[in-house]
Amino acid sequence: MMDLRELYQDIILDHGRHPRNFRTIEHPTHTAQGHNPLCGDRVTVYLSLDGDHIADVAFQGRGCAISTAAASLMTEVLKGKTVEEARALFAQFHARVTGGEPVELPEPLAEEAERLEPLTGVKAYPARVKCATLSWHALEAALKGSDAGVTVKTE
Amino acid sequence: MTTASLRSVYPAAPTLPSPACGGGLGRGFDPRRLKREFPIFANNPDLVFLDSGASAQKPRSVIDRIADYYRTDYANVHRGVYRLSARSTELFEEAREKMRGFLNAADSREIVFVRNTTEAINLVAQSWALAFLKSGDEVLISVLEHHSNIVPWQLLRDRIGIRLVVAPLDATGGLDLAGFEARLSPRTRLVAITHVANATGAVVPVETVVRLAHQRGAKVLVDGSQAAPRLPVDVQALGCDFYALTGHKVYGPTGIGVLYGRYDLLVAMPPWQGGGEMIVHVTFDKTEYQEPPHRFEAGTPNIAGAIGLGAAVDFIEELGRDNILAHEEALTGYGVDRLSRIPGLRLLDAGQQRLGILSFDLEGVHPHDIAQVLDQHHVAVRAGHHCAQPLMEWFGLAGTTRASLGVYNDERDIDRLAEAIEAAREMFRR
Repeated sequence: MMDLRELYQDIILDHGRHPRNFRTIEHPTHTAQGHNPLCGDRVTVYLSLDGDHIADVAFQGRGCAISTAAASLMTEVLKGKTVEEARALFAQFHARVTGGEPVELPEPLAEEAERLEPLTGVKAYPARVKCATLSWHALEAALKGSDAGVTVKTE
Repeated sequence: MTTASLRSVYPAAPTLPSPACGGGLGRGFDPRRLKREFPIFANNPDLVFLDSGASAQKPRSVIDRIADYYRTDYANVHRGVYRLSARSTELFEEAREKMRGFLNAADSREIVFVRNTTEAINLVAQSWALAFLKSGDEVLISVLEHHSNIVPWQLLRDRIGIRLVVAPLDATGGLDLAGFEARLSPRTRLVAITHVANATGAVVPVETVVRLAHQRGAKVLVDGSQAAPRLPVDVQALGCDFYALTGHKVYGPTGIGVLYGRYDLLVAMPPWQGGGEMIVHVTFDKTEYQEPPHRFEAGTPNIAGAIGLGAAVDFIEELGRDNILAHEEALTGYGVDRLSRIPGLRLLDAGQQRLGILSFDLEGVHPHDIAQVLDQHHVAVRAGHHCAQPLMEWFGLAGTTRASLGVYNDERDIDRLAEAIEAAREMFRR
C-alpha cells in the first residue's frame, strides 16, 4: 500500500487547515455550488470576471482535507488567468487525477499547473478523486451559466 | 446502557449469562475463535472489520450451504413435478419456516421473501398503504430513520396525498416518547419506525411505541435492519404489524430479506408486482391471486439466497441470540469507554440504550479523512451520512465516522480502532 503521506502531503495538510481565499465575493459575476452526495460535502465557488480575466476567485463550504486543499489551491492558481486558461487547467488536472489521456499545456501555464501536483496522490485512491475535483466542477458550472445556484453532482 | 435496560424491552427473554471480563463474552462465545468461522479473516489477516452495520461478513456455513445447494439440489421452485424441483421447493419453504422461528411469528405464511429491508418497506407502502390510506391520512416516522424508511413514504405522499409526520428526539438522542405520543393523531394510520438506529445505535422501545400506536388504531411497521443481527426479536411479544429485515446484515447473503406481516393484514392486501408464482389462474380478462405469502413473491425468487439466509439463522441460533446480545452490549460499552478517552472525540448521543454502533465526530477532522487513515491501519469503518441525512442535520453534522460491531469483533479490534483514530488526530492536528 502507498504511504498515506503521499496522499496527505504537507502542502495538502496546510491548505486543508488554512484554506486560502476562503470567503465570499460580494457581487460575483459567476457562482455555483458543488455537492458531493456521497459525503454531503458542499463547496460554493465565487468568481469575479473582468472581461475575460479572472479578477478574483474565492470559495466557501465544508469538506475533507483533500477537497478543501483542492479548492484552496485552485483559487490560487486561477487568479489572473483567462477563462480559456482556467478550462485548460481543469482539463489537464482532471486527466492527471483520473489517469485519463494526458493534456498538454503551453508554458507558462504548464508550470502553473505543477502547483497542483500534490493533489495527484488521489489517483491511487479512486474514492477520493471526487474530493479533488469537486471545486473544479463547481467552477466549470459557474462559468457555464452566470446564474447563481447551479448544483453540480460529481457522481 | 445496561443489560437490565434492554431486559425491560424484552422481558420475556431468558436470563443472560453474565458477561465475563477480559474478552470472555458470554458462555462459549469467543470472538477470536469465531473469526475462524469467517473465511474473510483468513484471506485478510490484518483486517479489523467494523462495518457490519453496512453489511456483515459471511460464516463458512452460509457460503458452503449456498454452494452445496447449487451443486446438489438446485431447480426452480413451486413448478416442476420432478423430484429435484420438489426438493428445492422443500428447502426454500424450510428457509421460510426458519425465518418464522427467527422472528417468532405465529405462522410461516406471515413470512414474505423480498430483496432487502428497502423492498420490504416499499411493499408495505405500495400494497397496504396505497390500498387503504387516503389523502390526509398520516404516516408517523422519527428523526432516527434511514432513507429507506423516509423516501417510500414521500413517494406515497406525492402519489395520494398522505401526510408524513416526524417524531423528534429527546435531549439524549433517544426517541422523545412524549413528542411521539403528541404526534399520534386520529389521522395516524401507520407508524413506521426503526428498532435500532443505523447511524447512532439508539434502541427504540418498540413495545411502548406499538402500545401507544395501537391505542390510536394505527398500525406499526418496524425497520429491523440493525436490530435483527443484535437482539432477540419476537414479533408477537413486540406486537408490531410488520417487521422488515435484510439478510446480508444477519450474516446471510445479499439480495434476500424478509417482510413479516400479520396474516390478517397480508390476506387483505393486493399484490404489488405481477407475474408468475403469485397467481392461481390467469385469463386475459381476469387473474386470481395466490394467498400470502406467494401473492407477494412474483417471479422466480432468490432461492439460493433464502436457503443461505436459513443457514445464517442456524448459525445465529447456534451462537445463541442472548449470547450475541450480551456480546454486543459488552463490546459497545467497552467501545464507548475507550473512544470517550480520545480528546476531541464526541460520540453521537444514542439515548438510554446504545447497541452495536459507535458513531462519532472528531473535532476538526473530516470523516473521510479519518476513514482514510483508518484504512491505512486496516480498520474498515463507514464515513459519511449513513443514508440518514435528516438525523445528521439534527446533530448539526454533515456526517460522522461509524464503527459497527459484529459477532467476530473483540476488544482488541476496538483498541486498534482507537489507536488508528489517535493516529488520524495526530496527522490532522492544527
